[in-house]
Amino acid sequence: MNWYRNLAEQGDICLSTRVRLARNITQYPFPARLSAEQKREVGEAVREILKDEALQFIDMTSLSPAQTVSLAEKHLISPEFACDTQGRSLMLSEDEDISIMICEEDHLRIQTILPGLSLDEAFTQAQKLDEKLGSRLSYAFHSQLGYLTQCPTNIGTGLRASVMLHLPALKEKGALHRLSTTVAKLGLTLRGSYGEVSEVSGDVYQLSNQVTLGISEEAAIKNLNSIAMQIITQEKQARAALVKDDDYLDRIYRAYGILKSAHKLTTNELIKLISFVRVGVSEGILSIPAEKLKELTVTLQPATLNAAMNKALNQSERDVLRAQRVKEELL
Amino acid sequence: MLCQNCKKNEATTHIKRVINGEATQSHLCSACAQSLGYNNFFDDFTFNLPSLFSGFFDDSMLALSESRLERCEICGSSFDDIIKSGNVGCANCYEKFYSKLLPSIQRIHGRVKHAGSVPQSTADVVVPKEKTTEEKIADMQKEMGKAIEEQNFERAAVLRDEIKKLKGEN
Ligand SMILES: [Zn+2]
Ligand SMILES: [Zn+2]
Repeated sequence: MNWYRNLAEQGDICLSTRVRLARNITQYPFPARLSAEQKREVGEAVREILKDEALQFIDMTSLSPAQTVSLAEKHLISPEFACDTQGRSLMLSEDEDISIMICEEDHLRIQTILPGLSLDEAFTQAQKLDEKLGSRLSYAFHSQLGYLTQCPTNIGTGLRASVMLHLPALKEKGALHRLSTTVAKLGLTLRGSYGEVSEVSGDVYQLSNQVTLGISEEAAIKNLNSIAMQIITQEKQARAALVKDDDYLDRIYRAYGILKSAHKLTTNELIKLISFVRVGVSEGILSIPAEKLKELTVTLQPATLNAAMNKALNQSERDVLRAQRVKEELL
Repeated sequence: MLCQNCKKNEATTHIKRVINGEATQSHLCSACAQSLGYNNFFDDFTFNLPSLFSGFFDDSMLALSESRLERCEICGSSFDDIIKSGNVGCANCYEKFYSKLLPSIQRIHGRVKHAGSVPQSTADVVVPKEKTTEEKIADMQKEMGKAIEEQNFERAAVLRDEIKKLKGEN
């Protein structure tokens, strides 16, 4: 299920769930030591094994820069993968819920991304592909260190699971700093999701597991799920309290007003305004389909807009188009 | 390369991000990376900080390792290469430099014994087949054509030399 066009469990707070497994093949050195040609060989081997799956094989050098960056904006590939496409390839499902990056930091980065809080489902999907690939490829594995990866921070399970949480009310309460210290003690990381760490726009945060060695996949997933649920509960309570404040209500209505009437909107402004509106929607103050809000923040990003229009719009043109789209969707 | 933030120290942290529709790279020294909040070795999609891994090696380890120039038989990496790049060269490097890597691994994960799933039997393994020299040359010529089209002449020159070398071997 496409993550940015749908809502699911806890969808008013948990925007997406992502699971990725890092795997390497014994026959090759890790990607930093591979030529473009060798990287393509790895891509061909993966393509062959997965030929019966409903996955499209994409040679990354065949995409335009806007198409490439758009994939990163939609969280289907990493910025690192978008920066250098030489020899690299991607396998992508039509719904964009499965993406396998080939020769990113590791030979294989198997990723599943789903709407809402759905860790078990995302992990099961990734595991299925991992098993299929692992039955035909010889994975780099060490009895003590587990799956071997180019960067030792990922050895062991090679599993990174994360949930994207919208936490404007906890942010408003000033509770996030303490929260991030607390989750760190539990082996998790909470950090900003849109670009800069120091200045998070849109109050969207990413909670993920930190440690990959010495903990089983199931335990890591269970731990993340239970902490995520606790944070979601706290955010819900904080939101209910927040909308009793007239000043905050005023900010919600003003944000909605700007979205409905602006002639130009930058990406950052859109993300910030939608953050308020989303609280209004989840608290029953505004009636807009919440999935629309998520879809707008994702599909109106700069490169994604350009890729969809198949044009090299400049920033000003994009800002006008963005405002126009928002008006169409919200009125 | 100098740090983009303070313009004083050598940049050791390279952060790749997507900003305003473009994939960009920032180069920072470790102090600036810390103060700007990139102080985490977590490899989120927004960040890529392999070089921070080298922060997990302390100086005493560097001083003590006389055998730093010893190389992995498979990929040719020395332990020095691994520290500098933050990248382990290949699976064999973990075996080769096991005792040297272990303290850093312990510091990152707290534990040093895998507790997760293990790969299935490796029977019936697909080994990507080695290409013939002719196939390799054809591939490289295609790549060179593309490089020229993109006006990436540096890359084209490298490919031209490699093709020459392969043809010589034939
Ligand atoms: Zn600096
Ligand atoms: Zn090696």
